Amino acid sequence: MSNPILDTFFEETEELLESLAEGLESMQGAEFDKETVNSVFRAVHSIKGGAGAFKLTELVNFAHSFETVMDAVRSESLALTPQIMHTLMRSADCLADLVDAARSGRTIPDEVTSGFLTALQACLGEGEIEAVDAWDNFEFAAVQLDIGPLDGSAPEGLAEITPAEPDKAQVGYQIDFRPHAALFTNGHEPALLFAALADLGRISTWIDLSQLPEWAALDPTDPCLSWRVELLTDESEIAVQEVFEFVHGLCDLTIGPLFGEQVALVAEPSMPIQLPEITIQMADPMPNDVSQPDIPQPASVAQAPVAPAPPVVAKTKAERGEEGSEAKAPKATLRVDLDRVDRLINAVGELIINQAMIAQRLQDMTTTRDDDLVMHIEDYRLLARDIQEGVMAIRAQPVKSLFQRMSRIVREAADATGKLAELVTFGEGTEVDKTVVERLADPLTHMIRNAVDHGLESREARAAAGKPPMGTIRLSASHRSGSVIITVKDDGAGLNRPKILEIAKRKGLVAQDAELNDAEIDQLLFMAGFSTASTISNLSGRGVGLDVVRNAVQALGGRISIATTPGYGTEFTIMLPLTLAVMDGMVVTVGGQTLVVPITSIIETIRPLPADLHRIGTDETLLSIRGRMIPVVDVARSLGFPSPGTLNAPLLLLVESESLGECALVVDSVQDQRQVVIKSLESNFGSVPGVSAATVLGDGRIALILDPDAIAGGRVTPAYQMPNSLSNAGRTAHANA
Amino acid sequence: MTLKILAIDDSKTIRELLRSVMEEAGFEFSSACDGVEGVERYAQVQPDVVITDINMPNMDGYGVIDAIRKGTIDNQVPILVLTTESGDKLKARARDAGATGWIVKPFDDVSLVSVIRRVTGMVA
Repeated sequence: MSNPILDTFFEETEELLESLAEGLESMQGAEFDKETVNSVFRAVHSIKGGAGAFKLTELVNFAHSFETVMDAVRSESLALTPQIMHTLMRSADCLADLVDAARSGRTIPDEVTSGFLTALQACLGEGEIEAVDAWDNFEFAAVQLDIGPLDGSAPEGLAEITPAEPDKAQVGYQIDFRPHAALFTNGHEPALLFAALADLGRISTWIDLSQLPEWAALDPTDPCLSWRVELLTDESEIAVQEVFEFVHGLCDLTIGPLFGEQVALVAEPSMPIQLPEITIQMADPMPNDVSQPDIPQPASVAQAPVAPAPPVVAKTKAERGEEGSEAKAPKATLRVDLDRVDRLINAVGELIINQAMIAQRLQDMTTTRDDDLVMHIEDYRLLARDIQEGVMAIRAQPVKSLFQRMSRIVREAADATGKLAELVTFGEGTEVDKTVVERLADPLTHMIRNAVDHGLESREARAAAGKPPMGTIRLSASHRSGSVIITVKDDGAGLNRPKILEIAKRKGLVAQDAELNDAEIDQLLFMAGFSTASTISNLSGRGVGLDVVRNAVQALGGRISIATTPGYGTEFTIMLPLTLAVMDGMVVTVGGQTLVVPITSIIETIRPLPADLHRIGTDETLLSIRGRMIPVVDVARSLGFPSPGTLNAPLLLLVESESLGECALVVDSVQDQRQVVIKSLESNFGSVPGVSAATVLGDGRIALILDPDAIAGGRVTPAYQMPNSLSNAGRTAHANA
Repeated sequence: MTLKILAIDDSKTIRELLRSVMEEAGFEFSSACDGVEGVERYAQVQPDVVITDINMPNMDGYGVIDAIRKGTIDNQVPILVLTTESGDKLKARARDAGATGWIVKPFDDVSLVSVIRRVTGMVA
């Protein structure tokens, strides 16, 4: 048994160490960009953060020093001499060693690390590493771990995080059970024994059929099955022994700690058996290795007669050796390589295109129309859809697990900053593609920490503003417009724009004489190297955060926007594509071009009376509908198509847009409504304003998929273009402002 | 389904004690006062669990176990042995004779019922 969170940390660290090594490698070359330095810095930073949560102090201290040097390199206050480069490379090796040590529970002698620490210190000259103070101020609640016996012995490094009451700790037992014929003739039933074990905790059982003879040779009274049971329980081993009280001597039985060394308790029928008496012996245990407080000692069990292990036990031990300690109790799930699922998803996408093409051809062949065929094609369509939904469901998972982790982040961050904060979540059941859930964990963690650290005011400031002392972080997920919307909202003071601008100028992120509007100032937060924290804390506030968040979200094909209300808080909105493969769309014609509008964003289609259209100024038109005025957007003009220019009796698509509320899009005609396979344009064309992707229609033509949000938002700020990567987020932010 | 319990013991006190506990637990209870009667009753009642004393006139507990195990009527029925000693010898002998488990006197109602549940899988 092992701790899944700790496992995740080590897995993640493995990756971080890799990218750290990679980054340092490329820093050695003459050419490297700032992003490389950033990535090295972030890798060290993340390792420190994770290690902090597990109180891996050595690791934290070392990573902290390393990080401080990297920070200096990043801010270019430290020139990269070959000597310093060498120190960094060696420190990365040392960091990897420390991680290894933490994983296996070893400790690395101080002399080894202190050499590197001194070298790192030397890089900075006079005592620049403020490790001690900063760390002391940062108390992280240690994660409560249910550490079972890891390889039969608790690693030293982890010993301090095992719960204080060893006997309450959940431990695992591995029970190998092979009934003799007498067990059955004496009126026992293995299933009842397993049921009794299940009463103690969670069990997983495996049956060994290898001894099953050929049918002809089968003797029904001769048992040939054996079982392995893994039991997770907080009961003592005595309780486990008691389950088997009546069957001693009637079976081969080994009970041992999960993944630990086992002691064979093979009582031959002729041997005297010892039962409740074991209790007495166990109450006076043999001197235990202190590093294993919560592990039932095989030695104490060994006072029952120990016979040489029979072949069957020897074999299972050999198997275990092969599996290593990684073997876990299987759940009723199937682990499939992600690539296979993705290949399937791709194939289903092609299937849907193929289905659409056949349907289209059939529709064209009006002369030879065959009702049966039409029906079969319709069945085909429904089936293809079922398959597609099923395949997508394989990848979909609710964000609940992700959100649950965040409440811990809030608690930790609140403790670390001395604030009161609670997390309120909405839409936990919202299902999102697995990749999205996984890759959202880090950015979300950063955002939540930021929200507590920078978003919420101190208790005093909240009291002064007449707010309740408890700050609220609102985390929500929902599906909208074919996207997943995740928002992180705090009820703090809102962004301090003058301060943001001042810092950005001081750090040289913008020109001294730059004049930025509010939305542009907000965007500065997403720039690498920006930090408003006046003091350096260990986890947030070093400029790691929003740039990482933005990069991660963009890597998922999404975008992030920020909205703030002075005095009332700040809201970050992440919009991500719902699926990475297929969606329902309405096929429309605009300016002679075929476009697809996501059906999720369409509220209705209307052909308004001329009297309902109101022209404002030269360009603007409003639609009066059910007593409300809604802006009308000429899609053709927004996309730069030659516009027919007639707005007298247009066909309008009423769409819900993220940023503007409702909005009416002008189209020439509606052709069809169908499923389309999303083919990303980004890898070939980069981000195209107003267009989210493309698709292949049934007749083989390519159509662009409209991004109604961008079209609607673009109406507000048609002229201003943010440079490069800021443009996406910028557009939404403008609209929100 | 109500569990049928057959208790075989020469002590009336024990039989009545068992009756009160078993009926309290919702089981159907019948009893016999020695081994021979016990084996007869077994054939009539066809109980789900047999509880038998060891030291009895006419036929002792081992005899009862042997008769049931070698018989033709549900010969893998759970048989629990009542014993005053907690000695291993007796338990080992009972087990070798084919007993399913044992109940150490003095017994309390909770442990008694839980043992029956354990060997039958029935929730009382």
